Amino acid sequence: MSNLITVQNLTLKFRTDEGLITAVEDVSFRLRKGEVIGLVGESGSGKSVTAKALMHLNAKNAVYSPESKIILHTDEGDVDVLSLHKAKDMKVVRGGAISMIFQEPMASFAPAITIGKQMIEQLMLHSDMTKDQARKHSIEMLDRVGISDPDKRVDQFAFELSGGMRQRAMIAMALSTNPKLLIADEPTTALDVTIQAQVIDLMKDLVSEFDMGIIFITHDLGVVAQTADYVSVMYLGRLIEKGPVREVIRDPRHPYTQGLIAALPKLDDLENPLLPIPGDIPSPLERPAGCVFNTRCSKIVGDVCMSVLPPDIKVDPVHRVACHIYKDEGVA
Amino acid sequence: MSDETLISARGLSVGFNIGKGLFDKRILKAVDNVDVDIKSGSFFGLVGESGSGKTTLGRAFLKAVPITGGSATYKDDEVTYDLTTLDGAELKDFRKRAQLIFQDPYAALSPRMTVRDIIAEPLEVMGLTSSREETDKRVREIAAKCRLNLEHLRRFPHAFSGGQRQRISIARALVSGPKFVVADESVAALDVSIQADVLNLLKELQRDLGITFLFISHDLSVVAHTCDHVAVMYLGRLVESATTRQLFEAPRHPYTKALFSAIPSLDPDDDNAAQKLEGEIPSPTNQPPGCKFHTRCPFVIDRCKVEEPVLEHADGTGHEVACHRWVELMEQKAL
Repeated sequence: MSNLITVQNLTLKFRTDEGLITAVEDVSFRLRKGEVIGLVGESGSGKSVTAKALMHLNAKNAVYSPESKIILHTDEGDVDVLSLHKAKDMKVVRGGAISMIFQEPMASFAPAITIGKQMIEQLMLHSDMTKDQARKHSIEMLDRVGISDPDKRVDQFAFELSGGMRQRAMIAMALSTNPKLLIADEPTTALDVTIQAQVIDLMKDLVSEFDMGIIFITHDLGVVAQTADYVSVMYLGRLIEKGPVREVIRDPRHPYTQGLIAALPKLDDLENPLLPIPGDIPSPLERPAGCVFNTRCSKIVGDVCMSVLPPDIKVDPVHRVACHIYKDEGVA
Repeated sequence: MSDETLISARGLSVGFNIGKGLFDKRILKAVDNVDVDIKSGSFFGLVGESGSGKTTLGRAFLKAVPITGGSATYKDDEVTYDLTTLDGAELKDFRKRAQLIFQDPYAALSPRMTVRDIIAEPLEVMGLTSSREETDKRVREIAAKCRLNLEHLRRFPHAFSGGQRQRISIARALVSGPKFVVADESVAALDVSIQADVLNLLKELQRDLGITFLFISHDLSVVAHTCDHVAVMYLGRLVESATTRQLFEAPRHPYTKALFSAIPSLDPDDDNAAQKLEGEIPSPTNQPPGCKFHTRCPFVIDRCKVEEPVLEHADGTGHEVACHRWVELMEQKAL
């Protein structure tokens, strides 16, 4: 499978009144066609900021380090996303090769413009379709994502649709430009479980049908287990563990990943009490030295955790973990 | 848990007038004909999708929305109140006994007040303490129980993380010494690692202070871990009610079963496709006749479309289900 996007040493800080705040630090990953990567982490872990960086969507006060590289591999050649500065150039990335869907579908549609008008507008911007073709294509897309009466829905406003319908319409809109990469930022978090299950199924079908890559951002490990091929776990802006979803969930190596899974209420084990990860995520202004997780970790091996940034250790060729417990080649 | 019933409802209904003019008398029935008993000292879970009426039912028990039909009583070891008629001094007294913890700890705390003032406010408003020293003492006691230290009390809410803020909200709800607390989606806004901590704290407080909790949540796995008894709501009706163990081991209503199946499994190879529900919960303003669930039920028969099932005893004590076909489905092991 060919590479779709490569992220190398992405470091991103925000300039604020309190000084430079590190949101993402030294994050590298790549995504191939037809693959789904789950980006997991708690609030403040930098997962959304990472995703927005791929489309160069972060606010003006964002500072990228010189080593940061985001390369989008298109049929017409490679595009260095971070070197794009003019809005015109960025059209390749935004809405062209990459589409994004957000958590809150009500907030993502303009409330006073019909769904159809919004879909047609972006199609006309990103392709050479005529208005009639764009409308026809929009109706087909709405139909494809399982919206009944698409020719009526297309002239309705976002508030006339239920939450699940709105998220489907959002997906239809994001996919109508035929993107290579879809970034889904907590797309099912605001939905009820029964609707979430439907949307997850829909997204799984669409990956194989459109042969695109998906970056699925979520805090819910269950959702990741059901959707992703690979998972990357983030904490305080750092990627602390990554690997195939089965390996990471069945055999988590980082104490944080282990803690996340232990803290999750499980239906097949009601007897044992829930095990929270002690403490709270430190403020980004007080990033700990050494390993970022050392303020909450229960498996500290010594001073090294407090002073030295753990390197990426290969658990096996595809599974990596950044933790001092492990030595390279093999496991402690 | 004792055998005493703290909250008891019979045929409880809450309707909202959604008519647009003098002659437009449309009523939206958010809660319709609910019978429920909440035992004193229990951790009672209420689950359902958005629009199922779970929040409205919780608020009806707090007399925060008007009850439009049926009866509801509150009875502890000191007083008995009829919630449909309660007012005046008795209502004020009831407010001390029944409290609410909100979902969003970011919206629930005033950014202009110190944590001490936030927690002390109910005491001052209700006139429960006579001096500042007494107020401070009560605040410190409850703060310690909620794992907040003295240093925290001097600060403002912005200095706290989500989990700590939720502990502040809990301290504020508990400072008046309530017997009954409604926790409405109180962990939904929290990260998993912190969610577990707040759930454990609520359980601890229930045991130590003998508080009865009504825990409203859309998350069945959270409910399974904290509650002793669970009631499932759908479009304003109670469709199943049982002890947690009964409900999770042998759900008798197709909707309950579907809710379980919809929880994304941590096992990537486990695909619960067989039980997935089609469609969405109908609008409460346009409710289907018969069983409210028939539009999405995989086991629907003609009878379901015309006749509404009533809550009846299923196998096991305290297990109730409202479904025409539960016996049949149980025998066929369809669920």
